[in-house]
Amino acid sequence: MKGKTTMLRSVNPSAEAGPVGRARSTALGAILLTWRQVRAQVLLAFGLLALVAIVAIITGPHLVHLYDVNVAPCQSHNDCSSASSAFLLNDHFLQATLNTLVLVAPALTGMFWGAPLISRELETGTYRLVWTQSLTRGRWLAVKIGLVGLASMAVSGLLSLIVTWWSSPFDRVNLNRFTPAMFGERGLTPIGYAAFAFAFGVAAGVLIRRAVPTMAATLAAVVAARLAIGYLVRPHLVAPIRSTMPFPAGGAGPTAVPGGWTLSQQTINAAGHVIGQNGGIGSNGGFGFQQNSNGTLVLQGVGTCPGKPPVQLARSPHPGFLQACVKHFGLRDVLTYQPASRYWAFQWYETAIFLALALALAGFSFWWVRRRLT
Amino acid sequence: MTVALETQGLSKRYGRRWALRSCTLTVPPGRVAGLVGPNGAGKSTLLQLAVGLLRPTAGTVAVLGGPPAHDPEQLARIGYVAQDTPVYAALSIREHLRLGAWLNPRWDNEMAERRIAQLGLDPGQRAGKLSGGQRAQLALTLALAKRPDLLILDEPVASLDPLARREFLQHLMEAVAEREMSVVLSSHLVADLERVCDYLIVLAAAHVQVTGEVENLLASHRRLTGPRCDPARLPAGQDVIEASHTDRQSSLIVRGEGPVHDPAWTVGQLSLEDVVLAYMSRAGRAQNASRPGLEVLR
Amino acid sequence: MIEFHLDARSGVAPYQQLIQQVRHALRLGLLREGDQLPTVKDVVGLLAINPNTVLKAYRELEYQGLAAARPGVGTFVTKTLSDASLAAHGPLRQDLRRWLGRARQAGLDDESIEALFMNTFRAVAGEDVA
Repeated sequence: MKGKTTMLRSVNPSAEAGPVGRARSTALGAILLTWRQVRAQVLLAFGLLALVAIVAIITGPHLVHLYDVNVAPCQSHNDCSSASSAFLLNDHFLQATLNTLVLVAPALTGMFWGAPLISRELETGTYRLVWTQSLTRGRWLAVKIGLVGLASMAVSGLLSLIVTWWSSPFDRVNLNRFTPAMFGERGLTPIGYAAFAFAFGVAAGVLIRRAVPTMAATLAAVVAARLAIGYLVRPHLVAPIRSTMPFPAGGAGPTAVPGGWTLSQQTINAAGHVIGQNGGIGSNGGFGFQQNSNGTLVLQGVGTCPGKPPVQLARSPHPGFLQACVKHFGLRDVLTYQPASRYWAFQWYETAIFLALALALAGFSFWWVRRRLT
Repeated sequence: MTVALETQGLSKRYGRRWALRSCTLTVPPGRVAGLVGPNGAGKSTLLQLAVGLLRPTAGTVAVLGGPPAHDPEQLARIGYVAQDTPVYAALSIREHLRLGAWLNPRWDNEMAERRIAQLGLDPGQRAGKLSGGQRAQLALTLALAKRPDLLILDEPVASLDPLARREFLQHLMEAVAEREMSVVLSSHLVADLERVCDYLIVLAAAHVQVTGEVENLLASHRRLTGPRCDPARLPAGQDVIEASHTDRQSSLIVRGEGPVHDPAWTVGQLSLEDVVLAYMSRAGRAQNASRPGLEVLR
Repeated sequence: MIEFHLDARSGVAPYQQLIQQVRHALRLGLLREGDQLPTVKDVVGLLAINPNTVLKAYRELEYQGLAAARPGVGTFVTKTLSDASLAAHGPLRQDLRRWLGRARQAGLDDESIEALFMNTFRAVAGEDVA
């Protein structure tokens, strides 16, 4: 041991707080450090969000007014097609822009906030600086994931809130919010996507350890996940309703389920085989017939109608005859769909699925960093 | 004070390559211990194991009496400067000091700011724009202002020019003089270590070759020169570390306790660098085990 | 206050060099009784050596009775080595200059002069002991 008789001892008056005080202060310190690291990007994101909010607030009420004046009255007597089309043209650019923003926001925050969160520290070696300060890896990670993850979810959540509110007149006209194109751009689902994208970015970054490849992997994962959920999982979250309807002469044509989600509309014959889609015969859902030389009528894709159609002056066959023909073959329409009433249930389920995935990925990141990394 | 650093059979493997094998050493407290060895010997690995950035494949390591990175209290007592001194390029020097203050309960901000001023650094400058020497000084400031009981430095002066190296070591020794602190620093430049270290660890070929107080090492190692001899006919109680023979003369580096009475041998002093090189070349020879004998013909 | 320097290649242990430099300064009257020796911190800040080295040197000087440590203040010189012989330095230096001049004129180079002096010095020292 050195005996320092001529030493100057530097004394720190702000001496040791108790263990709890220490733990609390380094957690606060980790929050401050994380904020300093992401400050610029977070301020940018929320600045853009504010801009969007301002634009929405400026233009929104006017749209509601237009809707009330032009579209609402005609809806009661159901002759809205021209008024609706005209209304939908309003602020067309803004519609597209806002929808795009909600579509990409979760992926963007996942790529730019989640992917580099750990991977950049591993890549640049700064983990060797920050993990040897007076806080454990676990605490550091918890603060980073918690703070930035919540910010990601807030961005997408608030954006979805603004856009859902602003678009509600259009949505009331289009009645398409349950369809795959729009389901992920309204309501709660963007929050779930944002959490998943962020957590995936963090977990991938911990494994890949370099920022740019992690960003690419995150983008790919988000796209794949949203496609998978939309086409493989969501249709079956709750067993869809199958309803059988008569197949009118002239073909049914695609049946609209207002505010709901048509999964399929199939034409079946007496034997129960599917012979057509979208309310018609064949894969393109058409309805065609041919007159034979001997006067009999052939329903295309089905068969020859029994009997002989009565002579008509016009080219189109007798409706009654066609109806009997359809009945002869036992054609029916089977519509498989999710009703509009289930919309919010689906929103909650899907958001819950993605939040659960996000939690699992975050848990993995924790485990990997604390137990397995190096 | 508890032992600064202690390892038992410490081993670390990357894939198929062993970076450290069965390393056992004890660094007493209050020393400036030098860890020296050729590049790739495992010095950096050993130090990273000591601060908990790596996990051992086998064996144990204890710092200040406990496992590394055990809890925040222990982390607060250990300062670490990593190889290549990583810093947050986007943060300024001032913000790095704030980082230190936020993340360390025993932070001495006044000392940190004084040091930065003494070094002539501009606190507002971004860390990414600093030269290697300035970064090393910043990293040292961050580690020292933590007021650690143990300071671990991984090749802190490797990429510095001679002036920056000298200034770094001056600052380090001032800090050691000011407070009771153990230091473990690694280097492949023995000359630097000879000035500042009073304890030495030689690491070569993934093994610990020799450890001890520098004083004792210099006292117990000697160079014996004399007429060409049979290696077997050596003074008793001496352990030959290195031997070289010409047709007329033999020159040995030996380790032993007692004096050499045989008048045939001329006994000479060794510098620390000589001792280190002797062990390093012995390790190198052991690695190329296919080469027989210890003879180096000059 | 004196300033230390270190000759890394002299083969003399650093702490010995510090002791020698203090004794040398004392002898030449550069350090007098009551003068403060540089603090350990200052010495290591200049030379970049282990503080223990300086402490060892100062302890040895204390042991030799040349200095004393005052805790919290510093280490101070307690005895001087220069004595009446200082007065004799002047004439002796003159004689030495003359001798060196003659040695050069005789054709001796630096090494020969040094060897001649050291040999004679040792021989005389041996005679003194005997």
